[in-house]
Order: sequence, then C-alpha cells, then structure tokens
Amino acid sequence: MGSRLWKSVALGAAVGAALATGAYAKEWKTVVIGMEGGYPPWNQTDSSGKIVGFEVDLANDLCKRAGVECKIIAQDWDGMIPGLKAGKFDVIMDGMSITDERKKEIDFSKPYAAPPAAFMAAKDSDVAKKLGAGKPVNAIKDPKAADAAIKAVQAALKGKTVGVQVSTTHANFASKYLKDIATVKEYKTTDDRDLDLKNGRIDVGLDDYPTVAATLESPDAKDLVIVGPEIIGDVFGVGEAMGIRKSDADLTAKFNKALDAAFADGSVKKYSLQWFKIDTTP
Amino acid sequence: MDWDFAATTFWRLMAALPLTLEVWFLSVVLGGLIAAGVVWMRVSGSRPLEILARAYVAIFRGTPLLIQLFLVYYGLASLPAVRHSILWPVLRDPLYCGVLALGLCTAGYQAEIFRGALLAVPHGAGEAAKACGMSGLLMFRRIVFPIALRHALPAYSTEMISMVKATALVSLITLWDVLSVALKIRNDTLVTYLPLILAGAIYFTINYILGAAFLSLERRLSPHLRARPS
Repeated sequence: MGSRLWKSVALGAAVGAALATGAYAKEWKTVVIGMEGGYPPWNQTDSSGKIVGFEVDLANDLCKRAGVECKIIAQDWDGMIPGLKAGKFDVIMDGMSITDERKKEIDFSKPYAAPPAAFMAAKDSDVAKKLGAGKPVNAIKDPKAADAAIKAVQAALKGKTVGVQVSTTHANFASKYLKDIATVKEYKTTDDRDLDLKNGRIDVGLDDYPTVAATLESPDAKDLVIVGPEIIGDVFGVGEAMGIRKSDADLTAKFNKALDAAFADGSVKKYSLQWFKIDTTP
Repeated sequence: MDWDFAATTFWRLMAALPLTLEVWFLSVVLGGLIAAGVVWMRVSGSRPLEILARAYVAIFRGTPLLIQLFLVYYGLASLPAVRHSILWPVLRDPLYCGVLALGLCTAGYQAEIFRGALLAVPHGAGEAAKACGMSGLLMFRRIVFPIALRHALPAYSTEMISMVKATALVSLITLWDVLSVALKIRNDTLVTYLPLILAGAIYFTINYILGAAFLSLERRLSPHLRARPS
C-alpha cells in the first residue's frame, strides 16, 4: 500500500515536471493570435464566419517567415490584455497602439502600421462646417501645427457628443482634450459607436483612419465624412504592433525578425494598400 | 493589497451608484404603472383585453431582457420615423431607453405577481364586503387591495431585487452605472478582481437593505399571522 502510494506520487511528480518544462522551454510550434474579428479593415468576420483583414494576411505572412503555425481566435477588445496575460493566446493583433501604460503590462513588437487618427461627422453638421475636410497633421514632426489643430477641434466640438471605443488611444485623446468640452461616450465595439453615429445619437466619431474609412464605406453612411485634422503622434503613439507577454521575449524577437523581412520586400505595404487603400507603414 | 487603489476604486464606483439607483427606481415605477394596466386588462372580463394582457406578459417574460434593451436602444433609433418623431429627444437619451426597456420587462413580471395576489384574496372577504354594502371601489380600497398587497410582497421583493441586478445591463448602452465604471477601471488598470468584487459588494449591500426593508414591511402588515405570545 505504502509503496504503491509512493509510486503514484513519484509518477505524478514526473508528469508535473514534464509538463512544466514543456511549458517553459516552449519551442513555438503553434502560436495563438487573438483579435476581435470585428474591427474592419484590420480584422473582420466575413459572411462564412472566417476572420479576414489586414492583420490576418500579415499574421499568416509573419508566421510563415517565423516558421510557426498560427491559429487565430476571436477575443473581445476589452479583455485583450488580461486574456494575453492569462495565456488564452500568445499574441494580440488588434490595431493595438503602443502606449506607455500598455508597455507596463506587456511587450510590443516593432510597429507594423502607423495610420493617423480621424474624426467623422455628418456632412451637413456644424462640426463638419467648422472643421472642414480631413487634413494630415504630424504631431511628432510639427507639434505646433498639431497644437493649433487640436485647439480647432476643441472649439468645434464644444457641447457636442463624441463616441470612441473604450480603452483605446482615441478614448485617451477624448479624456485628455475633450473631457470638459464635449460629452464623451465610450463603446465596447466600434460597430456600436458607428450605429449611434449614423442614428444621430452622437455628433462625432474618433478612430484610426482605416477604421473610419471602412465605416464611411458601410451601408447608411452616405451622410458621413472625414473632418478636421488627421493626427499622427501625440496620445496616439508611434503605431500599432503585436502585443506579446513580457516572459516571451524569444517570440517578440522572432516576430521582429519576420517584420524586418516583411518590410524589406514590401509585403507590409502591399497588405496596407490592399486593405487600407493607403500606405500606413511606419 | 493596494489600499489607496481600493479606496479610489470604491469611491469611483459609489459616484456611479446614483445613476444605478435612478435607473432602478424609474424603471420599477414605470413597470408598476404598466403592470397595473395589464392586470386590469387581464381581469377585466373582456376577452380581447385579456388576450392582449396575456400576450404582453408572454412576450416580455419570454424574451431576454438584453434583446429588449438593444431593440429599444439600437432598434428604435434605426427607424427614420422614430428619429424624426417628437419622441426622439427622449429616445435619443440612453437613460430613458434603459428605463423604458427595463420598465417594459419588469411590468410583465409585476403583472403576474399582482394577478396572483388578487386571485389569492378569499372570495368570502369580497362577499362580506358586499353584504356590508360597500361599493366596488371602496371594497377594492379597504378589503381587496390590503389583502392582495400582503400576498404580493414576498414575490414583489424578489422582483425588486432582481431589477437592481438587471440595471447592470445598461452598462452596454453607454451609461456610466456601477458596473460600467468597474469595467472601465478594469480596462484602464488591467486589475480584474478588485473593481468587480467591489461592484458586486455594492449591489449586494443595496439588495440586502432592500430585502430587509421588504421583510420588515411584510411583518408590519401581517400582525395577525404572527405567533401569539404565550
């Protein structure tokens, strides 16, 4: 009886040790990538239920270069970083900008896109009249012009309602510059925000340029246009990148190498033009 | 344990409590009024009204509240006729959409509670009242309503408590209630347990107080059912 008990304990310990080493000395045969599947054109779910988009094409490309097999799973935006840290998946690819707050929690690869942010509003609204058509402004290269542009936005949005997705750099922009000027509404998904914008519950939507452009192409968006400054930099950061657990530095290195190669042969630019219609390479 | 963070989180959640209570109170009152109408239709003796009342209860009890909420908030707003109507200033506001959806839903449950309570009033009580010469309205006020109220209380308190919890759904229509503030803190700080547990504790406390209040009301209204002191 006693010896049998000891045998099973020893067996259990051996299995445990094998599992533990398996988990730590990971060779990265399969990498699970989490994205929303509802953030067009970065990633979206097509009519057959498959996730497609800029980040899907890029992920498949990078995984091939890195010699790993990739599995893409859908995950809500608001559980993205906790999900990564809890090990539900290994990489976040969901138009996630590199920010200092996020860097405290996770590591990022090199940015693979750096599109400007853009405002959208109804064509005949006074916001559209005040702000005029979209115009690029680079806060990194020309901070003075960006300050002036942000002041103009603050003046035009006085008393208006602005919609952003929760916990995004756009929400950060709204709470930094618009909090006391306009009513800021935060939505779980960009789809919900777009619905409220089309229905006239909110006056302005703020998101990254490709997402705004995709909204304008969607049904019932005939009355919407891009208005005001298309800002690069400031709270929007240096660009969107893969989010990876801090403990997986080897995986970050692998993907950075793959990204270098994909930038060098023009693949990233190709996917960007295909899905965003503009070149968003950083 | 970071006590400073816990304290800030707690007070940020408490700042959202008035909105949660407002949604709860307005929707429960609205639901009570609608329920009174539905019960009246149900016991009116008119066949078409009765069918209408049954259909109302079946629909609002039989479908998820979340669907009803989205239909009111996103569904109605997608109809141009609604957007251009005089109701739009009300329906544009997520608060009123939340109150309307929650009120319509709880009305279905409250109507059944009221109906059951009315049916439980002993026939003899009504007959005795009539024998004393009371008119219909007087009989309702003095005899039927007080007895029915006592019967309704236990089920009604359960409905009130589940409505406090149901208000958490309005976090999905851009309102800053207790839950949505908790979720925002979770999103911003990536701390999951603390904000959600504190939010849960706040809902629990409200419901504990509510339950105790109903229990004491029930006790006060039924002295004749208590055990006699020996």
